[in-house]
Amino acid sequence: MSYATTIEQTVFRFADLKDLLAKATPERSGDQLAGIAASGPVERLAAQMALADLPLKTFLQEEVISSDEDEVSRLIAEQHDPMAFASISSLTVGEFREWLLKPETDQRVLEAVTYGLTPEMVAAVSKIMRLQDLVSVAAKREVVTRFRNTIGLRGRLSTRNQPNHPTDDSRGIAASAIDGLLMGSGDAVIGVNPATDGLGDYIRIVSLLDELRERLAIPTQTCCLGHVTTAIKAVQAGAPVDLIFQSVAGSQKANTGFGIDLALLKEAQEAGRSLNRSMPGGNVTYFETGQGAALSADAHFGVDQQTMEVRAYAVAREFDPLLVNTVVGFIGPEYLFNGKQIIRAGLEDHFCGKLLGLPMGVDVCYTNHADADQEDMDALLTLLCAANVNFVITVPGADDIMLNYQSLSHHDAIYCRETLNRPPAPEFERWLQEIGLTDADGALVGAPALLTGLLANSNLLGA
Amino acid sequence: MTEARVRLGRFGAGMPTKASLAFLLDHARAREAVWSPMNGIEVQRQLTELGLDVLFVESLAEDRGQYVRRPDLGRRLSAASAGRLERVAEQREGVDVVITIADGLSSSAVDINAVAVVKAIVHRLRGLGFSLAPIILASQARVALSDPIGQALGAGISIMLIGERPGLSAADSLGAYLTCSPQTGNLDSRRNCVSNIREGGLSAELAAESIVGLVADMKKTGISGIGLKDAMTKLQVRGEVTAIAFRQRE
Repeated sequence: MSYATTIEQTVFRFADLKDLLAKATPERSGDQLAGIAASGPVERLAAQMALADLPLKTFLQEEVISSDEDEVSRLIAEQHDPMAFASISSLTVGEFREWLLKPETDQRVLEAVTYGLTPEMVAAVSKIMRLQDLVSVAAKREVVTRFRNTIGLRGRLSTRNQPNHPTDDSRGIAASAIDGLLMGSGDAVIGVNPATDGLGDYIRIVSLLDELRERLAIPTQTCCLGHVTTAIKAVQAGAPVDLIFQSVAGSQKANTGFGIDLALLKEAQEAGRSLNRSMPGGNVTYFETGQGAALSADAHFGVDQQTMEVRAYAVAREFDPLLVNTVVGFIGPEYLFNGKQIIRAGLEDHFCGKLLGLPMGVDVCYTNHADADQEDMDALLTLLCAANVNFVITVPGADDIMLNYQSLSHHDAIYCRETLNRPPAPEFERWLQEIGLTDADGALVGAPALLTGLLANSNLLGA
Repeated sequence: MTEARVRLGRFGAGMPTKASLAFLLDHARAREAVWSPMNGIEVQRQLTELGLDVLFVESLAEDRGQYVRRPDLGRRLSAASAGRLERVAEQREGVDVVITIADGLSSSAVDINAVAVVKAIVHRLRGLGFSLAPIILASQARVALSDPIGQALGAGISIMLIGERPGLSAADSLGAYLTCSPQTGNLDSRRNCVSNIREGGLSAELAAESIVGLVADMKKTGISGIGLKDAMTKLQVRGEVTAIAFRQRE
């Protein structure tokens, strides 16, 4: 079905739903690379006007990728709950935006529509929302998850401590992890992206992180961000695997490129649960996503990159994750060209994830070939805190020496605690006090001997 | 133990001024490496001094801004460049190896490291009796531009030395990508890679050793890529389209 809108006697036509969504998307390089973006600001506005008039019900009648050829589309259809949709079923996309912004639409109301919403509905409304809209609505939607601590409580901010090392050197990983702990980072997870592949290194890394956590009795969880197939083997080998990690995308074809399908993710989730390492009923999975992932795998089917991203959230929410984050600026300037595009995409991803019920975090980051810098990250971090983001990622000095990109620094976490008044997860907050890192007001004050000693003797870890 | 920026110290949530400025300097260097053109004239002069013929080509990307946004254009030759290569090819009947120096995402990598690596490779290849095409200097180039270049010259093996996406710790790292039977449309899985070639990383001599070892293996087996035994490293097209996959190793 085609769509049209008229501005001052000029008729703008859009071939189908995915064309309308793509042309209504705020400017970004990835959609231009794919050749599906609006030709200019006026055509974009025309598409946004047509989109605003579209009944939400349209998204239940027209698929952007056919269920016949895509298991993610089938999953989206299966997840849709008509009862939960009933209260908003008569709205257009534009009216849905207004409904979201109303004060009466609070946490309880938003939670009730979670499975009435499809990724395409949520992506659509985000395209006609300003940054302030994305912040104010997301801030109302609390999503709480648990493993050894409680993440996502309103007014708090958790951090992933990411102690990557170019050769996965055990002492290097430990030193970096402790450096982060000394600055209070690591309540979402202490998680390493491995540089090496293979089961042996995976098991060595999770064992090392588990030993560090046990020795210091930290109420947090650890993760090696290897492939799910490696994680499943590690579980079978009896390794201390807290979280099962996987990168996911918004189409079956893109997921095939990642070496996964829904059945494999189910198997991985069950393997993680079988270890019973979390508190009862805890969340055992961790997913990363990013706009452009499907396009880079030539698996986007002409759908804009932001809609493809939100479709990945349907995959994520099927497996009750503890953590989900977009690696927003990681993929490069051919998808998000500059700081402005990265900031908007980070807030879109967070908003859309939260509306779909995900414990959404963001890797606030950029690469050296993007037209962005640490000041853009300051702006995005501050906006995300206002939007009640569940967690962000921090590394020593904002410099990830393995993945060769810039994320946030552990220092940035202190800024959120002290200036934006965002304490970490309550269990972790207590631990920081007990071990002597923070005072009664939660301010970082010390470098307890237990940690500095471990830092000086990190060769004892993983020995 | 680690090159990570640990134990920086802090003032409130701020880094000490020295650490903060050191970070900005590293980022400035990385940006300069990405956004500056390579000094092709100087590289040509040095190669000519070594007695090597040089030919300039460019991709379809017109400038750095377009290059960064449109990786697809960086993988195709401009019409003028394709014509130039054809005229060279008409004068001779194929060669064993063509070496291309490409700016990629770091002009500094080319300016600082490329000539030494070419010199070390050429010396070894000649010793083994391989025939060589002129050295190609390619601007606004992606890795896959080595396919149409090699194809146009009828080369058995295409070697591309290309500036890698700069990190904060090193902005001048060169990567070598080798492809047997280069032709447009080859998958990246058909290439072998030797990365991190720079002072303080893999030296020019050691890199040349690995590269020429791969060339010899390719000549023997007629294949390249993940099928080639004893490849130095698995393919990692850093900074290109496989970014999300690169974040998670299988």
